[in-house]
Amino acid sequence: MGFPPEIILEAALNGLLTGAVYGLVALGLTLVYGVLHIINFAHGALLTAAMYAAYVARTAFGVDPYVAALPLAGLFFLLGYVVQRLVIGPASRGKDENILLVTLGLSIIIENVMLAVFRSDTRSIDVPYAMEVVEFGPALLSYPRIIGFGATILVALALYLLMTLTATGKAIRAVAKERTGAALVGIDVAHIYAVTFGIGTACLAIAAALLLPSFYVSPRVGNAFVLVAFTIVVLGGMGSVVGALLGGLVIGVVESLSGLYLGDSLGQIGIFLIFILVLLIRPTGLFGARA
Amino acid sequence: MTHWRIGRRDLALASMAALGAPRVAGAQAPAVKLGILQPVTGALAQDGEYGRLGAELAVNEINAAGGLRALGGARIEIVFGDARSNPEGGVAEVEKMQAEGVVAVVGGFASPICLAASQAASRYDLPYVVDVGVSDQIVSRGLANTFRFGPGFGVVTRTALDNLVALNDAAGKPARSVVIVHEDGLFGSGMARLLNAELPQRGFQVLETIAHPTPARDMNNVALRIRALRPDLVIPSSYYAEFVLLSRTMQQQRIRPKGIYCVLNGAASNFRFVREFPDAANLVMDCNHWADPRKPRTAELRRQVEAQNRFWLYNTPLNYSAVMLVADALERAGRADRAALVAALAATDGAFTRHIMPYGPTRFVNGQNQAAAPVNTQVQGGDIKVIFPRDFADAQPVFPVTG
Repeated sequence: MGFPPEIILEAALNGLLTGAVYGLVALGLTLVYGVLHIINFAHGALLTAAMYAAYVARTAFGVDPYVAALPLAGLFFLLGYVVQRLVIGPASRGKDENILLVTLGLSIIIENVMLAVFRSDTRSIDVPYAMEVVEFGPALLSYPRIIGFGATILVALALYLLMTLTATGKAIRAVAKERTGAALVGIDVAHIYAVTFGIGTACLAIAAALLLPSFYVSPRVGNAFVLVAFTIVVLGGMGSVVGALLGGLVIGVVESLSGLYLGDSLGQIGIFLIFILVLLIRPTGLFGARA
Repeated sequence: MTHWRIGRRDLALASMAALGAPRVAGAQAPAVKLGILQPVTGALAQDGEYGRLGAELAVNEINAAGGLRALGGARIEIVFGDARSNPEGGVAEVEKMQAEGVVAVVGGFASPICLAASQAASRYDLPYVVDVGVSDQIVSRGLANTFRFGPGFGVVTRTALDNLVALNDAAGKPARSVVIVHEDGLFGSGMARLLNAELPQRGFQVLETIAHPTPARDMNNVALRIRALRPDLVIPSSYYAEFVLLSRTMQQQRIRPKGIYCVLNGAASNFRFVREFPDAANLVMDCNHWADPRKPRTAELRRQVEAQNRFWLYNTPLNYSAVMLVADALERAGRADRAALVAALAATDGAFTRHIMPYGPTRFVNGQNQAAAPVNTQVQGGDIKVIFPRDFADAQPVFPVTG
């Protein structure tokens, strides 16, 4: 079936904008992998928790999600720091397979706490700008998507500056490259691990605030994003920050276009085809340095 | 001699009891327990709450008017069960109600819950009155205990198609092409199949059938496809949240077909949608359950509901009417006995007038009320108006939509 070019353009732009927020979710995942060398199975559950936090901020206190994004990022940084420092770190006893199980256990606990508190209903907030559009040539782009795109670029830029200019950033990169060496020159590895985990969780909080104006929240909603985020991380290269962002954009466009052509019920097929193809042809991903 | 005295006292007591009997029994007739089954948690919680409200209003009204007369003024006591939006939950609650000794169960809302719960009730010969569930399977399984006062899927879709043709003809046939949007579950897919078979025979061209999952997080692609296809009519069969999302996205994308014609749509006959998104809802048409606007009781009930700061949804009048049906049958049965109640329900006729639905004289065949029918509504200026059938419509249809 042929679509007029302006329809395809609009679907691609929609995908690009949504893909940026996917990239932000993947950013947290890939950062934690790059430094701690663990796959954080609690990532989706933490995203869900952050979305509920933004939901409560709006419904109970009337705070706009975009305003709540920064305070929530701070709160979730602390949460991530504490969880890594007091739960995941000690419980792992230095073994990666333990970390896997600990994060999986955490995700089950978080999901069920959300289920107990908020029940299984899907909830959404209503903000006046949710259905506003911006005209971009022939395309009508939704306001929350454009904000989401812009905010993701800002977060990525801030993260880049943090990693290159600050002592903490240098320490994070040192620990990622050579843990023992970093410890020998006096870097507190446990602290850096927790900081990294905290940054990853803070990215989730911002992503949650960007998603909420146009998306619903339910206790299992995070899983939908994390499957996509895993694909992005594999596509972009495990541990690569640039890869996560570009991968997010690619996946967003693929999802939107396959949704347009195959229908929304089958649209996600495109994403998982890419997942399999990358694993077959280029297992290191686009920007993966090592296998 | 003591013998005499006791005898006299016995006599006196007996005569007092005999004199006082009607009043004593009137005050102390055991309450009749009625099971009300609704999903009040989970995905269908909103519908369940409004169904429960209708049942409660009916029971309060009956009790305030002196209870069930034929049962010595017995009050009706609600045994409420939360079906938790799934069939298993519905079955578990029927088992509990059975243990509580209810005389009948009313409700269920969704077809899968009604199917499972009525089957569970049939094991105990427990009468089950379906409130909404439209699946025609509900009344075609040969279960003697199951009754449905409202219309089934077949009747609703036939009426919807007939009325669509009438609407289009009356306007000079402005609509020829149709896009069907449906949720990809049992309800939406079944509807899409049926529409695809029927619409071409009635002079409409189906340009495309678009499926979407429930819950759907985004309707942009659906809207884009509609924009590319430029159909005269959009016919959606989705649940509440998805239709709201679709109509808002269409509004956002400035897609204005000549009509949005829903069939059994969760949102288009829902005042919550009309109040919260008046622009997206305006002029949307639906073929669905609706209370009879001609009956004075309808307006009174609506006032009561709105006085509680709640919306007027079809679930409330349907459940109100279903409880009234059970009360009417209990009056005719004369006792709170399940077998007698089943017989009385099956024998219901036009003398049952305490319901507020726009149906003709009640007549049950295999548990289905033959007089049940849907109506066509249209959102006009922030209100939901009846546009078909003509004999009790309270507004003219606005079709085709221009501008």
